[in-house]
Amino acid sequence: MPEIDTKQAPQSGLSGIIKEAINSPLLVPLLAILTAMVVGGVIIAMVGGNPFAAYLGLAQGAFGSFKALSETAVWASPYIFAGLAVALAFKGGLFNIGAEGQLALGAVTSAWVGYALPDMLGITLPPILHISLTIGAGILAGALWAAIPGALKAYTGGHEVINTIMMNYIALNMVSFLLNGPMKDRTPGNVIARTPEIAESARIPIIFEGLRVHWGFVLALFIAFLAWWLLWKTTVGFEIRTVGMNPDAAKYAGINVKRTIVLTMALSGLLAGMAGAIEVTGLNYRHELGFSIGYGFDAIAIALLGKTHPLGVVLAAILFAGMRNGGTRMQFLTQIPVDIISVIQALILLFVAADAIIRYIYRIKVEEERVTLTRGWGG
Amino acid sequence: MDWRRFGFIFLVIAVLFGVVVAIGSKADSPVLIITSMLATTIAVATPLTLGALSGIFCERAGVVNIGIEGMMLGAAFFGWLAAIYMNTIFGFAPLPSLLIGVLFAMLSGGLFALLHAVLSVTYKVDQIIGGTVINILAVGVTGFLNRQLFFEKGSIFGGQVPHAPGVLPRIQIPFLADIPVAGRIFDQQPITIAAILLVIIAHYVLFYTPWGLRTRAVGEHPRAADTVGINVAFMRYANVVIGGMLAGLGGAYFTLESVPSFEPLMTNGRGFISLAAMIFGNWSPFGAWAASLVFGTAQALQINLQFYRPLIPDQWAFLQNSYIVGLAPYILTMLILTGIIGKTTPPAADGVPYEK
Repeated sequence: MPEIDTKQAPQSGLSGIIKEAINSPLLVPLLAILTAMVVGGVIIAMVGGNPFAAYLGLAQGAFGSFKALSETAVWASPYIFAGLAVALAFKGGLFNIGAEGQLALGAVTSAWVGYALPDMLGITLPPILHISLTIGAGILAGALWAAIPGALKAYTGGHEVINTIMMNYIALNMVSFLLNGPMKDRTPGNVIARTPEIAESARIPIIFEGLRVHWGFVLALFIAFLAWWLLWKTTVGFEIRTVGMNPDAAKYAGINVKRTIVLTMALSGLLAGMAGAIEVTGLNYRHELGFSIGYGFDAIAIALLGKTHPLGVVLAAILFAGMRNGGTRMQFLTQIPVDIISVIQALILLFVAADAIIRYIYRIKVEEERVTLTRGWGG
Repeated sequence: MDWRRFGFIFLVIAVLFGVVVAIGSKADSPVLIITSMLATTIAVATPLTLGALSGIFCERAGVVNIGIEGMMLGAAFFGWLAAIYMNTIFGFAPLPSLLIGVLFAMLSGGLFALLHAVLSVTYKVDQIIGGTVINILAVGVTGFLNRQLFFEKGSIFGGQVPHAPGVLPRIQIPFLADIPVAGRIFDQQPITIAAILLVIIAHYVLFYTPWGLRTRAVGEHPRAADTVGINVAFMRYANVVIGGMLAGLGGAYFTLESVPSFEPLMTNGRGFISLAAMIFGNWSPFGAWAASLVFGTAQALQINLQFYRPLIPDQWAFLQNSYIVGLAPYILTMLILTGIIGKTTPPAADGVPYEK
């Protein structure tokens, strides 16, 4: 492969600005999104739809009004947490495909504390305490669930990719069992596998009267900042990134690699569990079977599109949230099934992962710094 | 396969069979229960066996393929779609429609694999990411087309689930299928029989032909292979596509052999479990088949217990809960990956792109 020098002398004037733009880390992801939209448009046209009308509906539904923006923020909140979860694991050299299971268990645990705790204690809890306990229980469940494959990786070498996937299925079975049995909403007439509604005191308040966007979105932005701070400004973050880049070097430098792997997975699961907790406490006020399906893969796509950086994750999460939210309006206006969004998102991921394709199409002769993601089975 | 893993496989299968025999013996004879368990096990192990063979071809050539799940799902859909088209639009009889469906399933598996080869061999994308892309793409494409073609107003099939041409007919193996009671084991559907034959063929190809030698050379030491004139990129492309076609045949099992319908996400982790079977089988076809049978037994347990549900004693009540019994294959996978039942070694250059 030809190596191209990226560190050329800065140029002034227009060509300098263009050079700057080409060197921007946003360029390849943006072109990947554009290319995926074009390919998606071709698919829409092939099945007999009008891609322009479809995309117009998508944009309107996503960002066209206050209500649309509010709904996009509602979608974005769990996406930011789940995307951060996968991104943080990537930084530590681990591939957490288990965000979906961690999220589901976080949600179901949160829901339990939300509806059962006041009755069990026989008192009404002050909202601040009850909300904290509810979210705290969810993130604890997620962290513990993710720490298991972390420990298996660190101490037995069992690969986290397969183990986290297996634990997704185990979590799905457990949640199905709970929602159809011990935790089922016993309201007369209810046939849906869901928990009862959580108490008023466990609900995150909404920001604007009449819109569904809640303070969980603000919390998500704050946690994204916190994740950045943790990764780049603390010793723990340094250790996580060092283990991610080169575990042998990390070991030589005196870092406890095994403990760091378990900790990275636990932190990742904590964030995924928070995604579940935030949906329960801020939006649905209960956990329903099937709501969590698909979040795991979306989270991977968001983390990769965001180049595993917290700021990138926030932007990617808002984009994906907009597409999911706007997709409904697109389907309403043009009868294109909302599932096309999954195809476009998969294409975005394809072009982001294979950025060499994008660089080839657009003749971008800049070799970017490679992000360390995962290693093979040997890892 | 060393004695420890062989012993483990034997033990798990014996225990799981024992559970069903102990519960069901009030209603049926043990021989009948065991033969019916065996017949189910061999059948449900089919996609796992084919998935594991797919992984073996890819990884023996040095390409990690975690996209088997997606390849199977895509193949399950496109094979099913082709069979329906042949049957309802081109007016073929059910059997030829189904066979053409199998062909298309293998073709679509091969195409997904070609994408994986482009990503991992030509563009040197992280192979686990590349496989994940395939998985996500397959979920998206099958979900979208399934809705667009069948459930939208004005779609080709008028907004209703089309009449599928059934499933592949059973084949009674001559003489063996005529044995009283035990003959049931030899009364299987074609993809299941093909999977077992393919285990033998894969073993022969990998270990007794020049092609297999070259494949293994490329997966163990690509630089040395390159030096003696083996085209590393070509061998990797070819084996990944072969692997994709095997995964495609495994996908055809779901919609053309097991049930005559397609459900989104219906592969349900079988592709991932087959990777565990491949690892446990030490990247060898017979080892992987044995491991697939263990997972198959765990699944057959769930299926066969349903017949005897009222007979389950109270102290074993958890066996009545299909959610708990359904965990068996997944927990077994994690247990095997810990290596406590014997560590296995992947090909040396597995997952490493080759830089000339």
